[in-house]
Amino acid sequence: MRRHASRSGIWATGLRRGASLLVVFVSLFPLAYAIATSFKQGSDLFGAQFWPSRAVTGNYVSLFRDQPFGTNLLNSTLVAGVVVALSLGLSLLSAWALGRVDFRGRQTLLLTILGVSMFPHVAVLSGLFELVSAFGLYDSLAAMMLSDLLFTLPFTVWVLTTFMRDLPKEIEEAALMDGAGIFTLIFRVFLPMLWPALVATGLLAFIGAWNEFLFALTFTLSSNERTVPVAIALISGASSYELPWGNIMAASVIVTLPLIALVLAFQRYIVSGLTAGAVKG
Amino acid sequence: MELRGLRSRQAWWLVLPTAAVLAAVAGWPLSRTIFFSLTDARLSSLATRQFVGLSNYLGDSGVLRDPEWWASVGNTLLFAGSSVLLETLLGLGIALLLNHPSRLRTALRAAVLVPWAIPTVVSAKMWTWMLHDQFGIINTALVASGLVSEPLAWTADPELSFVTIVLVDVWKTTPFMALLTLAALQMVPRDCYEAAEVDGVPPWRVFTHVTLPLILPALLVAMVFRGLDALRVFDVIYVMTSNSRATRSMSVYVREQLIDFQKIGHGSAAATLLFATIAVVTLAWLLATRSRMRETR
Repeated sequence: MRRHASRSGIWATGLRRGASLLVVFVSLFPLAYAIATSFKQGSDLFGAQFWPSRAVTGNYVSLFRDQPFGTNLLNSTLVAGVVVALSLGLSLLSAWALGRVDFRGRQTLLLTILGVSMFPHVAVLSGLFELVSAFGLYDSLAAMMLSDLLFTLPFTVWVLTTFMRDLPKEIEEAALMDGAGIFTLIFRVFLPMLWPALVATGLLAFIGAWNEFLFALTFTLSSNERTVPVAIALISGASSYELPWGNIMAASVIVTLPLIALVLAFQRYIVSGLTAGAVKG
Repeated sequence: MELRGLRSRQAWWLVLPTAAVLAAVAGWPLSRTIFFSLTDARLSSLATRQFVGLSNYLGDSGVLRDPEWWASVGNTLLFAGSSVLLETLLGLGIALLLNHPSRLRTALRAAVLVPWAIPTVVSAKMWTWMLHDQFGIINTALVASGLVSEPLAWTADPELSFVTIVLVDVWKTTPFMALLTLAALQMVPRDCYEAAEVDGVPPWRVFTHVTLPLILPALLVAMVFRGLDALRVFDVIYVMTSNSRATRSMSVYVREQLIDFQKIGHGSAAATLLFATIAVVTLAWLLATRSRMRETR
């Protein structure tokens, strides 16, 4: 009986190990292949072998020389940075109110904000297009900074509210007793306690804005105002059979590696941010 | 009493900036979209438009009479249903692997985060290249192993492209489901497993009778989130197959009408219908969870 159990235990362990290795392989292979491709040029690109026969950096060089890819990277960083700063600033204020004050209309507001995070982005596209044009923001980074708030702000408000709600009441009472104003309370007392939540939500909002495609595609025209996803999607050759795959993969690697580094470095925060966003709600 | 009033007023002031921004980027544009859907506005001349009532919806060339629209509705529903189902099952499997102590666990968790961290546009491009009909490594491998006799046109063949889109989405989004499911698994009290072990309950029954019922509420929430997200799918389809009829989603249809055909009226009508679909699903879900919360209280 016991022997039987341990034998099936070995089977189970082997099965689990095999499945784990398969998942790791499937998860990593496309990126590995993209990296390998990004160092291939000429006929090497169309050969059957995985690794380049001669690794060249030409694809990377031409991205920055023949295209405004450096500018695109800067654009993405600026847009995502501003969007995250605005979202976190605004949501710190409202998270205190929504998480800790029992005012009338609070529940309705929270549900509305959750509802906005479900908005299909194309449903606001024509209205936003009109708004962006009216303010003269068409084909500028500001257009993306404005429209990306549509999905980052509800998310940061929602997650920070759940974290703000869990902070101890005594601290707030003590601070108010000492005559602290509301801004002192939020930014001097609560902010330092919320760092993990801020890192998690800020990072997830950054990734969301960095990856945003629809607004960036629709609200920009010139290649100098494009963010990276649009630049990559629009890299084209003379025909669909002459797409410069080496360049596309080099660009893909450049935008992906920093994200992966960030995500792996802040793994724990990210998982807590994701689950706070979905499960706690 | 005085103090509570002050606190409430302060709360309103602090919520105001957020509410104003959301009104500007969500409320106002949405109301404009609904308004445009009742006009014949065109992208090049937004200001000169005429009120046309419901003809963008019901007219002879209205959205509801457009077979292309209904094809995109079908595609979207099928996409949302199949991708969420696959992601949930695979996510559950990966979560179970992650929840089991082993040396591989750390590596597995890190590896699983990689597809999730890759921008959708980039993952779409990576897969397009790997699935390239002539030079793609997947076709090369399949032909070399004798599984297929000639290379498959993964993204160009209308019968295959839909499956391709679903698989690429599953690759990218399963980690999200796995992490949420793992969080739910970790909240299952250890005693439940210990009690089952003492009673000699076989693992499969432990899973179906203990684990699954306990994580089901969290799993459903994650499925609803993913489902609502899948209903508005755009990036992966636009990049991999652009406007092909076999894969066109509701969002892709809307953007094609609005921008490529410049038909703001018609496109806004379709956008309004998509919004209504998602709103109905969201409201139904909110009502369901609220009544459930009341029951448990």
